[in-house]
Amino acid sequence: MSTAVDTSAAVPLPAEGDGTPLKKRLRRAERRRNLLFGALILPLALVVLVAFIWPIGSLLTIGVDNPEIHDNLPRTLAALEDWNGSAPPAEAAFRALADELAAAKGSPAIAAIAKRLNRENAGYRSLVMKTARKLPLDAAVPAREALVAIDAQWGELATWQAIHRAGGALTPFYLLAAIDRVIDADGNIVAAPEDERIYVDVLLRTFWMSLIVTVCCLTLGFSVAYLMASLSTRHSNMLMIFVLLPFWTSVLVRVAAWIVLLQNEGLVNRLLMWLGLTDSPLQLLFNRFGVYVAMVHILLPFMVLPLYSVMKGISPVYMRAALSLGCPPFRSFWKIYFPQTLPGIGAGGLLVFIMCMGYYITPALLGGPKEQMLSYFIAFYTNQTINWGMAAALSAVLLAATLLLYMVYARYLGPTRVKYMKAR
Amino acid sequence: MEAVHNNQAAHVSFRNVQKTYDGETLIVRDLNLDIRRGEFLTLLGPSGSGKTTCLMMLAGFETPTGGEIRLDGEVINRVPPYRRNIGMVFQNYALFPHMTVADNLRFPLRVRKLAANEVEARVKTALGMVQLEAFGNRYPQQLSGGQQQRIALARALVFDPQLVLMDEPLGALDKNLRERMQLEIKHIQQNLGITVVFVTHDQSEALTMSDRIAVFNHGVIQQIDAPETLYELPANSFVADFIGENNALDGTVVAVAGEECDVRLDCGTVLRARTGNVGAGGRTRIAVRPERVQLAGADGACANPLDATVRELIYLGDQIRLRIELAGKHEFTIKAPISQLDRSLRPGDAIRVGLDPAHTRALDVPAAH
Repeated sequence: MSTAVDTSAAVPLPAEGDGTPLKKRLRRAERRRNLLFGALILPLALVVLVAFIWPIGSLLTIGVDNPEIHDNLPRTLAALEDWNGSAPPAEAAFRALADELAAAKGSPAIAAIAKRLNRENAGYRSLVMKTARKLPLDAAVPAREALVAIDAQWGELATWQAIHRAGGALTPFYLLAAIDRVIDADGNIVAAPEDERIYVDVLLRTFWMSLIVTVCCLTLGFSVAYLMASLSTRHSNMLMIFVLLPFWTSVLVRVAAWIVLLQNEGLVNRLLMWLGLTDSPLQLLFNRFGVYVAMVHILLPFMVLPLYSVMKGISPVYMRAALSLGCPPFRSFWKIYFPQTLPGIGAGGLLVFIMCMGYYITPALLGGPKEQMLSYFIAFYTNQTINWGMAAALSAVLLAATLLLYMVYARYLGPTRVKYMKAR
Repeated sequence: MEAVHNNQAAHVSFRNVQKTYDGETLIVRDLNLDIRRGEFLTLLGPSGSGKTTCLMMLAGFETPTGGEIRLDGEVINRVPPYRRNIGMVFQNYALFPHMTVADNLRFPLRVRKLAANEVEARVKTALGMVQLEAFGNRYPQQLSGGQQQRIALARALVFDPQLVLMDEPLGALDKNLRERMQLEIKHIQQNLGITVVFVTHDQSEALTMSDRIAVFNHGVIQQIDAPETLYELPANSFVADFIGENNALDGTVVAVAGEECDVRLDCGTVLRARTGNVGAGGRTRIAVRPERVQLAGADGACANPLDATVRELIYLGDQIRLRIELAGKHEFTIKAPISQLDRSLRPGDAIRVGLDPAHTRALDVPAAH
């Protein structure tokens, strides 16, 4: 091409002053700068490491952690190491188990062992507790006979297989449970019994509700952002305050306000009845409707702000250009303006969707049992049943879903992926 | 109706067009302008003079507050921009960033629902016209400023408009490229025989490209003429100052004799000049171009002789600029080809200059701001 693109491509390197190669000098100069930059981000990097990566990492390990049998019955497990599983184990295994259960007796360890084994087969809890009560054994009697005498289950292969199975340091149990899968007696991963399957539904519900909220936020936020981007600075600043004002109010306060508005004797119902649109109050709370209304309200700014910042950067001259080329206004908007807002839609949509996925307070306060999302169950296991393994596994599922979503976004809509942006 | 009959040939005509944004000040005061079919008309003026507003009213992005605009005899005041079929090149090109170059060019054709093969043929021709055949699959950001400029031009022409508007399209280019593009645009306009209305504040650009130039100031056309007339015979002091370099001397008109008049300068000297927009007895400002000032020969014989002192000599390669003190004025410039100048001149030397009456115009004294 003949335009003045590049006339200075081959400027010769200047003579080197002190004999140091130019590249080396450049590296040295840049190293100092890089060190300075490193020092500037170091505090933040440490905070992220200590307060974010490390806790999340350790929580995720709890999801596969399996210490109860592994830590409390080490000698039993050692004795079972060479056991083939088809015949009753050797006397050493019975002796080790009896000794270790006796040692654990009266401490929290025995409860942990009992609880863990009970998960392999309901009924093992009472077996363990009953056995422990009758320990220690008389050293003169063979341990095997003594244990079988306490409970005949100790003579069964299945009991020992359960101990063996539960003895690993790590377990996929919680993670599988979080996606409604269990390991059967033969070690195969199978679907959980029908009445125990809940988490896949909850996960799908979490996705679905997040999607609805995101779509609502997009529909409402797009026009607001567009208005703000096309108004004069003075007016758009005023509008911005209206957008941000609820943003600065506590989520709890806003949820409480919605309860007041939406309850049976609340403003909305009274207005509807006064207008004669309904005879009896509508159920607006403790169902999907209430949750959607409050979540959209709370999350709207997260959609408006990225959209606004992208729209602010789109010159109005593009629309004029499209009109001058003969394209009617609505089509110009759709063909020329809208595609350029896609990065904003992507960013805002991702932000709202991901925040929705982790929403807890709003569904907990405004929803019924059918509106609870994954976070509710994480909180339930953390605070009420103290089942950290399950809480961690559900968190891992949530995190994985979020990361997957982000990858899809980065692949198809991310700032580096929108074709014309990449071309820059 | 009368106006229409008088201007059958006019491609575009503005009749008593006014525009105000705030209801207090008129950006365009009372515009009457006929644009001939196939001409290259430049609207030239300082920023805020109303030239861009005129262009935007013609494009349909602004509505006139009063008066009417006709295109091919039809009043288009209420025709929306997308039905006017007017090509437009914008200041920063306004190429759609999410479309390739070829898609940018296809856009106006697809909007007009042309057949696919027709679309492709036209896109190819348009790219060929601006010599960018190989760039169809690139995105606008991957092109240099000059290439983007050409694509913007091609896009404004690809749907065969008879009228193309250009809003300072070369403002973002560097000087060399700008000068080349000026000629290129001019040649394309001549080859296609289209009407071009071009807005700029760069007077050399206007002089290079235009068939006629309309000089705007304060929402009023000060003068509309061919470049040469505009430069040699400015209608008033604003035009004389705005286009090219100008020397000004204040005085009073003592007598008017047809084309010529006598002016007594404030220093007392009486000069003969061409009569501009002044009458006898009025204050006037003499306008004379630096290259029209004559240096008196050894005999000192010349028209309108004036004594002067050399202040500074500036060597410019092809010419010399002399800053002289003349008639009590410190800022008076002469341009002279090197070959015609006595090279022994030094600052402080006394010289005699002559102002040829044919190139000296008595114009108005602009109101002080």
